[in-house]
Amino acid sequence: MTTRDEIIARLTELLAPFNKEGVPLTPQTDIAAELNIDSAGVMDFIMEVEDTFDIDIPLNVLSETRTIEDLARVVEERLA
Amino acid sequence: MKDLLEKHRPVFERHEVLVQAGADAVGLVNDRVLSPTRAIIGGREVILAGTNNYMGITFDPDCIEAGKRALEEYGTGTTGSRIANGTYAMHRELEQALARVLNRKHCIVFSTGYQANLGMISGLAGPEDTIFIDADSHASIYDGCKLSGAQVIRFRHNDPDNLARKLSRHDPGKGGRLVILEGIYSMLGDRAPLAEFIAVKREYGFQLLLDEAHSFGVLGEHGRGLAEEAGVESEVDFVVGTFSKSIGAIGGFGAGDHPLFEALRWAAKPYMFTASPSPASIATSLCAVHKIENEPWRRKQLMENSRRLHEGFKKLGLKLGCEEVSPVIAVQCPDEPSTLAMWNALLKAGVYVNIALPPGTPGGVHLLRCSVSAAHTEEDIDRIIALFAQVVAAQPGMVAEA
Ligand SMILES: Cc1ncc(COP(=O)(O)O)c(C=O)c1O
Repeated sequence: MTTRDEIIARLTELLAPFNKEGVPLTPQTDIAAELNIDSAGVMDFIMEVEDTFDIDIPLNVLSETRTIEDLARVVEERLA
Repeated sequence: MKDLLEKHRPVFERHEVLVQAGADAVGLVNDRVLSPTRAIIGGREVILAGTNNYMGITFDPDCIEAGKRALEEYGTGTTGSRIANGTYAMHRELEQALARVLNRKHCIVFSTGYQANLGMISGLAGPEDTIFIDADSHASIYDGCKLSGAQVIRFRHNDPDNLARKLSRHDPGKGGRLVILEGIYSMLGDRAPLAEFIAVKREYGFQLLLDEAHSFGVLGEHGRGLAEEAGVESEVDFVVGTFSKSIGAIGGFGAGDHPLFEALRWAAKPYMFTASPSPASIATSLCAVHKIENEPWRRKQLMENSRRLHEGFKKLGLKLGCEEVSPVIAVQCPDEPSTLAMWNALLKAGVYVNIALPPGTPGGVHLLRCSVSAAHTEEDIDRIIALFAQVVAAQPGMVAEA
């Protein structure tokens, strides 16, 4: 079992290379807006997440996913 | 309450920077177009090397004559949708000609290629279905997926193993599965590894739609596209194409052999709720389709020109979008300022190419995208290479260190 906190920790690690401005990351960080990552960058990050957890995250789900915590919830659901 | 346009301020300001840099590629105006390969831009005659005019057919005398006749005989517009008053005998004739050339039982003509994707994808897939798309798909494919309401899953660009992994953990439930690929990807010019994707299709099962926007008329012995070139046409269930490139007009099509195919005419809103293509556009398209069928020299010339430009760029040491020769030849630049500077310098020196910047590019690369035409002469191609050589020499970081 992977806990929510473990997922958040892993997502934060995966996000580091995309966080070019070195913004401090918290579970509430808005991935696209606060880190100034463009839409294509967000999609590349999501593909890393999919490969890491061996899950699929449909685009439809992403429109309501903004923060690291939101994404962790999606990952948790998909792992279940 | 928040102002609605405020969210676009960053894009607006970014564009202002481009205008300041004198590289407003989006605002570029062709003052006059002289031929498929020449235009007057900013008071100067330039070679066009970024028009997707693959067959060089836009000034073909027969096509122009057919267009003129249609204007006179059928008027300026159809003023109606395909399912109301907007279907003329010509629309049907064009659908039949395309079906024949493509060797398909059915073909539906749409008003643009963008709408062909919206219509085909939203007609084929619904909320119970799942669509798997290549990460580098064209915007019209993304938008078609949204319109369909289906679950949309992306796989890594040109990566059949990644698609297989996604299919292996996917439960289709009550729905179907649609996979969408492109023949030639418009930014880098690379082809889909179609035979490998077909192997995945045989293992997991799905229906396949191939967007041949940049490959119809271009690839395959008869110009039917990548499916013909790769010898897997019977495994491609649906084909989409556009008239805005090799056909040199405006419009698009979807084709296939499915016995229920014609139902898409009543299932695709982008077919039903927009005016049909104008008589002149249909007439020139029909003439161009005949030429694609009967004038294979255009394809040969296009490929020779593409090879010449590809090799010329390689000799200059430029980093290209892909190793395979295709009529889309993208030159990679190190960053945005160098791309803007080079684009500007090229235009001033006399050649127009496309500029492609993130987020519109795969992997965030910066590109000077060239597209080759059958109407380019050998001298044109050599001149394009020479102008690139001149501009590259003045731009540090363009050539990989030996
Ligand atoms: C891959 C692809 N599909 C569809 C289209 C849309 O075609 P159209 O210009 O006819 O709308 C284009 C080009 O614009 C394209 O590159």
